[in-house]
Amino acid sequence: MADNAPAAGHAHDDHHPTWSIYWKVALFLTIVTAIEVSAYYIPAWETSWVYVPSMLIMSAIKFAVVVYYYMHLGYDHKIFRALFTGPLIIAILTLIGLLFLFSKLAIRIGLLA
Amino acid sequence: MTATNAPTHAADAHAHGGGHYTSLGLDNRKVAIWTFIGSECMLFASLISTYLIYKGKSPQGPFPHETWTNPSTGEVFPPILNIPVTSASTFVLLMSSLAMVLALAAVQNRHVPKHSAWDRILGSSKLWLWMTCLLGIGFLGCQAYEFTSFIHEGLTIRTNLFGSSFFTLTGFHGAHVTAGVIWLFTLLAIDYRRGLEPKDATIVDIAALYWHFVDVVWIAIFTLVYLIK
Repeated sequence: MADNAPAAGHAHDDHHPTWSIYWKVALFLTIVTAIEVSAYYIPAWETSWVYVPSMLIMSAIKFAVVVYYYMHLGYDHKIFRALFTGPLIIAILTLIGLLFLFSKLAIRIGLLA
Repeated sequence: MTATNAPTHAADAHAHGGGHYTSLGLDNRKVAIWTFIGSECMLFASLISTYLIYKGKSPQGPFPHETWTNPSTGEVFPPILNIPVTSASTFVLLMSSLAMVLALAAVQNRHVPKHSAWDRILGSSKLWLWMTCLLGIGFLGCQAYEFTSFIHEGLTIRTNLFGSSFFTLTGFHGAHVTAGVIWLFTLLAIDYRRGLEPKDATIVDIAALYWHFVDVVWIAIFTLVYLIK
């Protein structure tokens, strides 16, 4: 693959994933999604305190796997990594900040009456 | 070619496929798409924040996960989100990302000898681009079905806070998927007209990055909107 890979800012083309990796990643994503949906229908899991954290963790793992393998961010130039992760961090902090200011998170920690 | 092989006078040199190198030796189009994706992260974070802030604050239904009885008519509205349909559409979008990355690999490996039927299937950029388009259209079809059924069940963008924030968030995402499908059809047109060569891999890569980003946004939306009550 590396021999035919384009120029285009690929700093580490010789480490690009193979076709078999792409299929394995798709299988992994399918399995994790199936687990997520199953958890939604399992009352013991859905009502327990681990439900929300486990869902967020599984979602974050799927997000990271797609970005790393399919978007090649793990193999690409560090400038591209910075261009993505910088705004992503700002976005996540903004989301958390807004939830603390206006939503149930603020109520739970006593910021709102 | 790697970044270390980029021309010495990088800023003046033309990259393969019509782009230019920046002074860092990076293709300007890839810098642009990553910058765009970064800004899109913040757009969708604001939309998701709005949805989560207003979640559970609608005085009247229908609600996403709870049954609601209209006090004036006595009509009972069941939870409105259809998890099985949305799970299927999530699977469809995930598989479209697989098809997209295989299309890119097919373009990059256009001139690699194909020894078996399976190699020829994997090496067909037209097949995988078509597959990505059709899966994207399938996702949009599921979304159209979902929106239509919501409207028939009494939830519109003007009904309550949930309806406003839900339709805005998922509507924006659907618009991005639509733009992605149109983009993919332009790549297919190029492929049919003159064939996508390894030198064109960057334009396919850029479309693929956009498509995968739309996918990861949906991964977040599916969990935060549909699965977490």
